[in-house]
Amino acid sequence: MGDWIVIPIVLPAVMAALIVLAVRHDILLQRVFSITATVALVAVTLSLLIFANGNGPEMYALSDWPAPFGIVLVLDRLSAMMIFLTSLLGLGVVLFASSEWDQRGKHFHALFQFQLMGVNGAFLTGDLFNLFVFFEVLLIASYGLMLHGAGADRLKAGMQYVVVNLTGSALFLVGVGMIYSVTGTLNMADLAIQVANIAPGDAALLRAGALVLLLVFCVKAAMVPIHFWLPGTYANAPAPVAALFAIMTKVGAYSVLRVYSLAFGDTAGDMAWLAQPYILPAALITIAVGMIGVLAAKRLNNLIAFAVIGSMGTLLTAIGLFTPESISAGLYYLLHSTFSAAALFLIADLVVSRRGQFGDSLNTAPVFHQSGFLAVLFFIGAIGMAGMPPLSGFIGKLQILDASRDSDAMVWIWSVILVTSLMCIIGFGRAGSVLFWKSSSLDGEIVVEGAKWPVLPIISACGMLGGLVALTVFAGPISHYLNGTADQIFDTSQYIRAVLGDGALAQFGQ
Amino acid sequence: MEFLVASSIGLLTTCGTYLLLRGRTFPVVIGLALLSYAVNVFLFAMGRLTINMPPILREGVTEYTDPLPQALVLTAIVISFGMTALIVVLSIRTFLEIGNDHVDGQPVGEPSEAGDKN
Repeated sequence: MGDWIVIPIVLPAVMAALIVLAVRHDILLQRVFSITATVALVAVTLSLLIFANGNGPEMYALSDWPAPFGIVLVLDRLSAMMIFLTSLLGLGVVLFASSEWDQRGKHFHALFQFQLMGVNGAFLTGDLFNLFVFFEVLLIASYGLMLHGAGADRLKAGMQYVVVNLTGSALFLVGVGMIYSVTGTLNMADLAIQVANIAPGDAALLRAGALVLLLVFCVKAAMVPIHFWLPGTYANAPAPVAALFAIMTKVGAYSVLRVYSLAFGDTAGDMAWLAQPYILPAALITIAVGMIGVLAAKRLNNLIAFAVIGSMGTLLTAIGLFTPESISAGLYYLLHSTFSAAALFLIADLVVSRRGQFGDSLNTAPVFHQSGFLAVLFFIGAIGMAGMPPLSGFIGKLQILDASRDSDAMVWIWSVILVTSLMCIIGFGRAGSVLFWKSSSLDGEIVVEGAKWPVLPIISACGMLGGLVALTVFAGPISHYLNGTADQIFDTSQYIRAVLGDGALAQFGQ
Repeated sequence: MEFLVASSIGLLTTCGTYLLLRGRTFPVVIGLALLSYAVNVFLFAMGRLTINMPPILREGVTEYTDPLPQALVLTAIVISFGMTALIVVLSIRTFLEIGNDHVDGQPVGEPSEAGDKN
């Protein structure tokens, strides 16, 4: 099974090259290749998930260079879950885009496959510098996807997005450099050992490097005060791309969880749980900022983008507690918020494309085609995002509240999450009534050219909502898997043994 | 030499940060380029400053320089070079589409119709 770990990176990379070189003139072939590759990716990642469920962490050494000298990929329960989530989301997005969006610009499918490669690589890699490289791969692809189909507003937002992320990349290198200068390693498992045995004189540099790195991950995760790139980017990106970007913020959250539980966790001595005091307060403010934005938004896409910020805050709150219960709850919420954000962006595009000149502004407009059907979809998506029963958002938030019971910050966490959930319900309720309800009081009907019942986009949007339903129905088995994942994250010796072997563990003092 | 390297990194970072915060795209692009130079030199120095040393550990060689930061810098240079090219093209496209070269799409003090959409 070990060699299969590299497939989720190699498959999209080969496909992207093939699409751009061999079939770039034929949109139909591009779609066939891209969809087939994504379906295959779902199958591969599913089998890796089943493997990770039954076994401990498994390593793949690139070019057979032994760790810590070579670069390794590591498959454990966490990374297996993340790549499976990525491929499911990718399948929904590529189906949605294959109806019409991929013709508004060039090379959508090639960029899309590169994006999948970057995201999967970031989830699988066990090396800090390799994480930087995969961050760059996914960012470069995302620049192209973000600007797909261009237009003045999109270019303006894209420019800001690129500048913010290039600055973030520079900081990433500074952080990695500082950590390397005192530990002499970039391998995350080896880093855990070196951090535990750090010389007192080097501790300050290491701490500074680790915090610079935390800042970079939080830029990706859109945590306040460095969230400001997200609303403009997500609201102006093409709808399928915005849906795909739902996983991009999770890459930041994943990196925080991976690095700060493995290398700066229990075993790190003075630096144990280094990230905790910074993440929790910032995450609570992030929720508040996001949900205030939901109340204030004048455009549908902005509304959803701010809801994404709010849900990232909720996720980071759970991660910031750094207990097995909170991590398990947070990962459940991560699955939920990925599907609900993607579903809402896709549904919003179906709505916007039917409103003609009214676009996504939250003003009353005459009735449009299928307004009843889309109202139902929007209603389900909004219930999911706001975290109302019966969908998975409710279960996720309930678990997070439950996990924070023993925390000192319990009062803050409970009050912020509960009040902001109400704000989210009001925001989405208001948007929904303006879009779907009040329109019936106006005369006339908006007529827009084009397919009345576009099959693929509706299947895709319903599939994302189906993900929420599946998360709710199978909450028991999924939580069981996630509890095991959280335990594995906290038992770092499993990860270190898989990468470096038993000899290194003796040094680790366990 | 430590003073020279450290102060040049500091100077590059200062200028880069200042230019990055300007309102027009050209200074921002130059600022990003300066920042990436600063990062490259910084990364290079993270393997400790040594002169006239082989980058490989061999028989009979006791003093050597750390080859890994050099490999990292090489990767970082390639990526930042590509990114600079991208952002130059992107800012030209933005200038042509929007009609001005301000990062937020409008000159100072002049609200545009794009501003109140958000």
